[in-house]
Amino acid sequence: MTMRLWKIFGGLKLAGHKTMSMEDATEATPLPKILTLPLKQHIGHAAEAIVNVGDKVLKGQMIAAAKDYVSTPIHASSSGTVIAIEERPVPHPSGKTTDCIVIETDGEDKWIERVENANYRQLDASALRNIIRDSGIVGLGGAGFPSFIKLNPGPGNMVDTLILNGAECEPYITCDAMLMQEHGRKIIDGLNIMRHALQVERCIIAVEDNKRAAHTMLVNALQEHEAEYIDVVQIPTLYPAGGEKQLIKTLTGKEVPSNGLPINIGIVCHNVATAAAVADAVLEGKPLISRYVTVTGEGIEHPRNLDVLIGTPLNEIIELCGKRSEANQYIIGGPMMGFEIADTNIPVIKTCNCILIQNKKTEAEFVMPCIRCGQCAAVCPAQLLPQQLYWYARAKNFDKTQDYNLFDCIECGCCTYVCPSHIPLVQYYRFAKTEIWAQEQEKKSSDIARQRHEFRQFRMERKKAENEERKRQKKELLKKVSGKKDSADDAKKAAIKEAMERVKAKREAQSAIAKNTDNLTEKQKKEIAEIEARRKKAKEEN
Amino acid sequence: MSSIHSSPYIKTNENVTRMMLAVIFALIPGTLVYIHFFGWGVMINILIAIITALACEIGILKIRQRPIKPFIYDGTAVLTAILLALALPTLAPWWLAALGAAFAIIIAKHLYGGMGYNPFNPAMVGYAMLLIAFPKEMTAWIAAETHGLTFLNTLNFSLFNTLPDGISYDALTMATPLDTIKTQLSLGYTLDEVHSSHSSLFGNLAGYGWEWINIMFLIGGLVLIFIKVISWHIPVAVLGSLSIMAMLFNFADSGSYAPVSFHLFGGAAMLGAFFIATDPVTAAASTKGRLIYGAGIGILIYVIRTWGGYPDAIAFSVLLMNMAVPMIDYYYKPTVFGATGKS
Repeated sequence: MTMRLWKIFGGLKLAGHKTMSMEDATEATPLPKILTLPLKQHIGHAAEAIVNVGDKVLKGQMIAAAKDYVSTPIHASSSGTVIAIEERPVPHPSGKTTDCIVIETDGEDKWIERVENANYRQLDASALRNIIRDSGIVGLGGAGFPSFIKLNPGPGNMVDTLILNGAECEPYITCDAMLMQEHGRKIIDGLNIMRHALQVERCIIAVEDNKRAAHTMLVNALQEHEAEYIDVVQIPTLYPAGGEKQLIKTLTGKEVPSNGLPINIGIVCHNVATAAAVADAVLEGKPLISRYVTVTGEGIEHPRNLDVLIGTPLNEIIELCGKRSEANQYIIGGPMMGFEIADTNIPVIKTCNCILIQNKKTEAEFVMPCIRCGQCAAVCPAQLLPQQLYWYARAKNFDKTQDYNLFDCIECGCCTYVCPSHIPLVQYYRFAKTEIWAQEQEKKSSDIARQRHEFRQFRMERKKAENEERKRQKKELLKKVSGKKDSADDAKKAAIKEAMERVKAKREAQSAIAKNTDNLTEKQKKEIAEIEARRKKAKEEN
Repeated sequence: MSSIHSSPYIKTNENVTRMMLAVIFALIPGTLVYIHFFGWGVMINILIAIITALACEIGILKIRQRPIKPFIYDGTAVLTAILLALALPTLAPWWLAALGAAFAIIIAKHLYGGMGYNPFNPAMVGYAMLLIAFPKEMTAWIAAETHGLTFLNTLNFSLFNTLPDGISYDALTMATPLDTIKTQLSLGYTLDEVHSSHSSLFGNLAGYGWEWINIMFLIGGLVLIFIKVISWHIPVAVLGSLSIMAMLFNFADSGSYAPVSFHLFGGAAMLGAFFIATDPVTAAASTKGRLIYGAGIGILIYVIRTWGGYPDAIAFSVLLMNMAVPMIDYYYKPTVFGATGKS
């Protein structure tokens, strides 16, 4: 039970604000009239719609298919009719619109025929991955990376530890905590399936030590034989202990290499909610069509967790929990890494773990200059020098930002939190990263253009060379056979020459006729003769 | 700075003003003891320096068309003025503090871009300028508790350069303990001989009066570390390297080199280590860098005090290491998370 834990660098002790949303048990929300399902709710390529407007769909029916390897399908969250496939606003910091399938529900909530695989142990890893992919499962911790990919270590990678992340270190968010309390068994089932797919021995479920109930429920849900290979571990409550790299360090003492992935050190890490979704998909044939969402914050009358169908309008679940009239700030995700939205007329998507509604707008304070106090460096869990990064990002000196390992920044927000000058540091790093990506994209496309141009040049030259080679070969061939053909050739050439001369003479005669030479004075005639002579001379010279 | 608002949406209540106020409060015990031993001149210097610094700050901010309120309330100008004033001789003409503060704020701070951008510690730039330009006024110290001057007497001297009848300026002023040791040792006397010939100058640990001032600044500094306004690295490195240097030389020849206690408590070592070298703007950024930076200051303090032309080593040590900060920052970056693994 007592496993050795390692310390992570930096981090913050933050007020949790978690109990406020954990008093009531999680309840499913009423079926909404309209479900809006964006085609892109994950990292990677958007899915491709496989239904048309007017089609009747059943609950759990695949309505959009994965378009590429890094992509996942989308399923109808309830039965009804597709009434539109068009751009609608989605949860995004920029308030952008993307293609969505809009379903008008029929109230019957009728399931599609489901395939249950209680004996999943008879399936091989690839079959399990296919089920997980076809169920549209993505990382539910917030990132939304297609989960089946992380269950495919690839050749040459040995996985020895599977970690389930139940740390949930951000303040206010409690959806994972509630899920662990209410569905501990399902999470362990999902863990077993993932373990089977990865063929790993050791599993760890990590829970922050401010979630005693969740930890107890998980431990109680463990069967005796499972306890031999699954450790349910309490880790110190410290933001961002639930960051993937930080969690792995805490549990194993290993550091995921800079620019590397956990798989490089033999570790795979999934969120607890993802494990539960895997259990639903494999054991019950239910694709990912709902999730736990925390609705909380000072702007909410009854903060709580809800089991929400994907595609449900955010407005409806906020109203369900009672919005206070003073509420004026809406944040998707937690206060440290979430993003603010201006309009709540958007659907809940697979990655929405929390909607935080606050009363006071964090006012844009006067930003003082950096005084290099170094508090940012002291809390940075990636062990960077945030103030230097800020300095160079602000100066748009992007090469230098990379010297200072900009891309190891996990955007946890600790530096911004502690900055006494109130500099929006993370915002500068996001800006620098975006700029560098854009520059790389530009370079890539200009590289492609250059390569194309160079290849065209090469192709032209090759063609020219080929033509010349062909000509040369022809000539040689002609030379070879010339001995026999000489006389015939000469006759032909002479005939051609004769004909050409005839034509020439005729043309000259015609041009002469065309000239107006009647009634000319002697002087004019002389001039014309001179001109003609010059012309002839010029022609000959040419 | 930017209208786009991205996460995080929660923040500490910490701000620059609170940090500077904490530093100013931490200076109070040392300053009170300083006034107790060396008279009202300390107070007068501080007031003149603060008034001048604020006036210069407002004037320059106006010229630079910067918002005035946030940069006045941030407390940096006041702190600079106090640190400079604490470094000045206690019986000094008013223009000494005024000129130093003006130079610190206008030249050393704002001509380099203002708060956060100055490469050199403004208070120490002001002090160094005064020391070089006005060596007579800057080396005229009075002995602890021997002056008998009232507040008005001191103010009169500061403003009008007049002393009460029967007291002459030359009789009041004398070399500081640090200076005395330095001069006497260079004349060939041993440490014991200096101590016995100038016994009134010395206390139990180091210079009489000075030792208490240093102890108070030490306490103030420890409080700052405890409440996390400064980190321990720079003070520990400064005092540690200074102690090691003093210990080595004192061990080799205790007759000609002052003991550790004298170096730590005889001059401005505590004020320098906890309040001046820790100015974050002009110090190194990383933890390792700060240790190097602090150690450099400590070693330079010893070198300048022992073999240099001035006994006032803190200012020059800090300024010299300020110059080295960009290089230290470049070479001593923290090891990034995951750098030990192979990718």
